[in-house]
Amino acid sequence: MKSMAELEAIRQRTLQRINLRKEDESENIRVVVGMATCGIAAGARPVMMKFMEEINKRGLKEVTVSQTGCIGMCRLEPMVDVYLPGQEKVTYVHMTPEKVGRVVAEHIVNGRPVTEYTIGAAEK
Amino acid sequence: MRDLSLHILDLTENSVRAGAGLITIRVDVDEKKLITLTITDDGCGMDAELLERVMSPFGTTRTTRKVGLGIPLMAQNARLTGGDIHIDSTPGKGTVFTAWLHGDSIDCLPLGDLAGTFVTLVTANPEKPDFVLMCSSPNGSMDFDTRAVREVLGDVNLSEPEVSMWMLESIREELGPIFGGVIL
Repeated sequence: MKSMAELEAIRQRTLQRINLRKEDESENIRVVVGMATCGIAAGARPVMMKFMEEINKRGLKEVTVSQTGCIGMCRLEPMVDVYLPGQEKVTYVHMTPEKVGRVVAEHIVNGRPVTEYTIGAAEK
Repeated sequence: MRDLSLHILDLTENSVRAGAGLITIRVDVDEKKLITLTITDDGCGMDAELLERVMSPFGTTRTTRKVGLGIPLMAQNARLTGGDIHIDSTPGKGTVFTAWLHGDSIDCLPLGDLAGTFVTLVTANPEKPDFVLMCSSPNGSMDFDTRAVREVLGDVNLSEPEVSMWMLESIREELGPIFGGVIL
């Protein structure tokens, strides 16, 4: 059974990590998952969970995961926007939990978008 | 929607958008496998006219599109099992959404990953609102309250990945014995 003592230990570790984060929040990486009815029905929740799992596993300190609503392209859901500081937003479409590992490794960690998963590739 | 936990995620997002400060999600299963889902919030509530509109697939409070499918889809899936939905709402006070489903119907969706739904909601809305999850079956009951988590965490955000994983594992551990063999 998970205990509050474990949570307290997580708090201590997290506080240490927070202190290491860049002070300027604009330097942080943002992952935004579409979570309207269309996104949820298409499988957005496991995609979001997989992003959290990968980010936690790799100990990535400057990445936040959040959600947004429907942006009107329901046929392309689940959609995920990745914002890297100083770069244009990259929109990934038809995301699956299996694709998340590659997006984290290649784009979030190494700064190279996975072109074949992006909206540009899907709309060709 | 492939399972009930996805309906719960979708419907609870309505409560978040209604500006709720506290949202309680209840899933109760009785000995006859009647499943009662209740989502209670203290958000802005709805008047009678809006309440009628949200029951229609062509009614929504949004301006970016003309359909609102969350509630109609839940109603359809509940009615397929011989169940139904009901919404009580008071402007300025909040809303209580209830759905009943017969778990022994062949058309009843599986419960799905309720812990995943809860943690997704909390992680996506780490500042506000607070969420409570309450579940019961003939096997037992559990509740999980983000206010208790927040108290321990202090300044640490609920969306921190390690916190999310802790919540996920905690809830899954507790839910397993309650719904395992009942409706999972």
